[in-house]
Amino acid sequence: MSNILNVSPSPHQQSAETTRKLMLGVVIALAPALAASVWYFGLGAIIVTLVSVVSCVAVEYLIQKFILKTKPSVSDGSAIVTGLLLAFNVPSNLPVHIIIIGAIVSIGVAKMTFGGLGNNPFNPALVGRVFLLISFPVQMTSWPVPSGFNTGYTDAVTGATPLAIMSEGIKNGEAVSALMEKIPSHMQLFYGYMGGSMGEIAAVALILGGLYMIWRKIITWHIPVTILLTVAVFTGILWAVDPTKYADPLFHLLTGGIMLGAIFMATDYVTSPMTAKGMIIYGIGIGVITVLIRTWGAYPEGVSFAILIMNSFVPLLNMYIKPKRFGKEVKHG
Amino acid sequence: MLKTFPKGGIHPPENKLTADRPIVILPVPSQVTVPVSQHIGAPAVPVVEKGAAVKAGQLIAQAKGFVSTNIHSPVSGKVNKIDTVVDTTGYKQTAVVIDAEGDEWVETIDRSAALVKEITLSREQIIERCQQCGLVGMGGATFPTHIKLTVPAGKKCDMLIINGVECEPYLTSDHRLMLEKGAEVLTGVSIIMKALGVENAVIGIEANKPDAISQLTELAKDFKGITVQPLKVKYPQGGEKQLIKACTGREVPSGGLPVDVGVVVQNVGTSFAVYEAVQKNKPLFERVVTVTGKSVKNPGNFMVRVGTPVTALIEAAGGMPDDTGKVVNGGPMMGKALAITDVPVTKGTSGIIMFPADASKRAEVMPCIRCGKCSSACAMGLEPWLISVLGQKAMYEKAEQEKITDCMECGACAYTCPAKRPLLDYIRLGKATVIRMARERVTK
Repeated sequence: MSNILNVSPSPHQQSAETTRKLMLGVVIALAPALAASVWYFGLGAIIVTLVSVVSCVAVEYLIQKFILKTKPSVSDGSAIVTGLLLAFNVPSNLPVHIIIIGAIVSIGVAKMTFGGLGNNPFNPALVGRVFLLISFPVQMTSWPVPSGFNTGYTDAVTGATPLAIMSEGIKNGEAVSALMEKIPSHMQLFYGYMGGSMGEIAAVALILGGLYMIWRKIITWHIPVTILLTVAVFTGILWAVDPTKYADPLFHLLTGGIMLGAIFMATDYVTSPMTAKGMIIYGIGIGVITVLIRTWGAYPEGVSFAILIMNSFVPLLNMYIKPKRFGKEVKHG
Repeated sequence: MLKTFPKGGIHPPENKLTADRPIVILPVPSQVTVPVSQHIGAPAVPVVEKGAAVKAGQLIAQAKGFVSTNIHSPVSGKVNKIDTVVDTTGYKQTAVVIDAEGDEWVETIDRSAALVKEITLSREQIIERCQQCGLVGMGGATFPTHIKLTVPAGKKCDMLIINGVECEPYLTSDHRLMLEKGAEVLTGVSIIMKALGVENAVIGIEANKPDAISQLTELAKDFKGITVQPLKVKYPQGGEKQLIKACTGREVPSGGLPVDVGVVVQNVGTSFAVYEAVQKNKPLFERVVTVTGKSVKNPGNFMVRVGTPVTALIEAAGGMPDDTGKVVNGGPMMGKALAITDVPVTKGTSGIIMFPADASKRAEVMPCIRCGKCSSACAMGLEPWLISVLGQKAMYEKAEQEKITDCMECGACAYTCPAKRPLLDYIRLGKATVIRMARERVTK
């Protein structure tokens, strides 16, 4: 018997799940929404996605290779996911150089500065998006009108998002019912027929991706369901109080970035709580802040801000919200 | 309705390759090496000299103190030497080496296969017999049985739970025992019930052993107070606290013992050993060992004498496959890797698993992505990612507050981690240090 035996402490087997497979799973889950985006926005969606993914991966690689001088770890797939999510959070007519700036901020500032994968307190793609929103407010809020492959890239015909129409109209004293006439029907909203960031529009595709991630056990239901439920309840109360001044809950769930945020952005492992209880508090926080910003804030949309604000509470939630310990409550038989 | 424990747990591939392989009696080896410490507690003291003639079942090392057990000769023959050997844990210890000649047993042992159902011994006699016969927990922990059967003063035990879960992948020795020695196991359970003075016993068996469930359910009709509880397949259900929770809903308090909730847990293998000791007057010197692995030619379950070299077991299973890169004593989740295979089988050896080289090394460690899968997997409600870092960074006071000592080292966290972090290594380090610090506090 000449075998040289390996010795290590137990356990002697590991699950087949790896970081890379999880990231690949997220990419697969994003595929339906990407397809929907290409369907509605044509070429622009493809260019924005490619530029964003390539720049995110490149920025991470270059920083690791030349600044940190560590072994590049882009093969873990996390930069690809960030790239996709950044693309999903910007309009499909965003010029290339702005996307690259977004990628540099997302990966360079929000991720690598903190020590790379696993150490960033804020969702990198959202930091990139908010940076761009503040730095390039015009380009970041000129939304192409969906017209399939006829939609141009930077020369696309643009229009306001349903949320912007609603927010502007209410400020001008118009009734919600009148404003509803100006925007697509709820069914159209569900399928994604509206202006908006390229990946956020098609609720049906995002939900499909979310269900896949739950089935694949990449995420649990806690964060998305709590966020969506909180938004529905909060806007539902407002709507019940005065339907002429507040839009209905379904409208809120189907428009803006709430679906994308709840299913893909808020569930980012690194920047979300690790216990079920923590996740529920975090989800409620995101839902409440989103509705506050949408209803009374200066921006028509607030999901990005809400998630970033709640990201900052995650270390606290992880520290104070503990799982129920086994055997804590002494029960004598 | 299948029951299970509520919090945490994982589903590793079962790989019960030997579930339908009947127990094969391994021939007596030409030489056995019997370590004097095969149990938790003080090592036994050898009572035979070099050159002494012994019979199988004869006492060769006497228990030292209460938390210790007797060791008996597993074969008949001559004591070759009393020497220092490396045992399955990799540490050196004293062992009695015996050259086997024939197979003569001590006359008081009833070698017939006939089932003896009637229990004639009294409560005290049963416990004394278990102590004399050197019985230990056969599930792997090897805690002396006579201590577990002695309910501490002031505590009350109203239920016995028999662990037939065998939640470790690959292992099938308990499964086969339940199938082939069902009546003996149940008699053993009745004996333990009598020793504890309880009216009820529940045998917990996972649903992946339907044949054992139906077999014991059928046989249990002839035994008073014994019921079989089928359980949902989930690791680590064989953990004492998880099994009690699954079967009764009672939760053993942190730092407490099963008897704190009125329960004593014994393993199926132990029940069989109790039967043999009490009804047949047979000391514990042989046991069932599963020898398995995906590329093992002839995996199986073997009844072997204690002290048999592991190499002999491997030969019986068709030899060590060429691609072997790791040999584990016990299950893949909690067993210990062997550095050499020339070590003796002990009372606690439940299985020998040979892993191919490609499955014998750990995957590359990636950064923690805080997915929380380890917390979800922990059946004790701990946060492995946290206590692991606390152990790594030597923050022991904090680790103690985070209940690091509640960890039973089942390995579910390290198994489930997608970043392949060595969570349990650092938790063990932290736990050992915290326990040592706590002891020092007491003695100060």
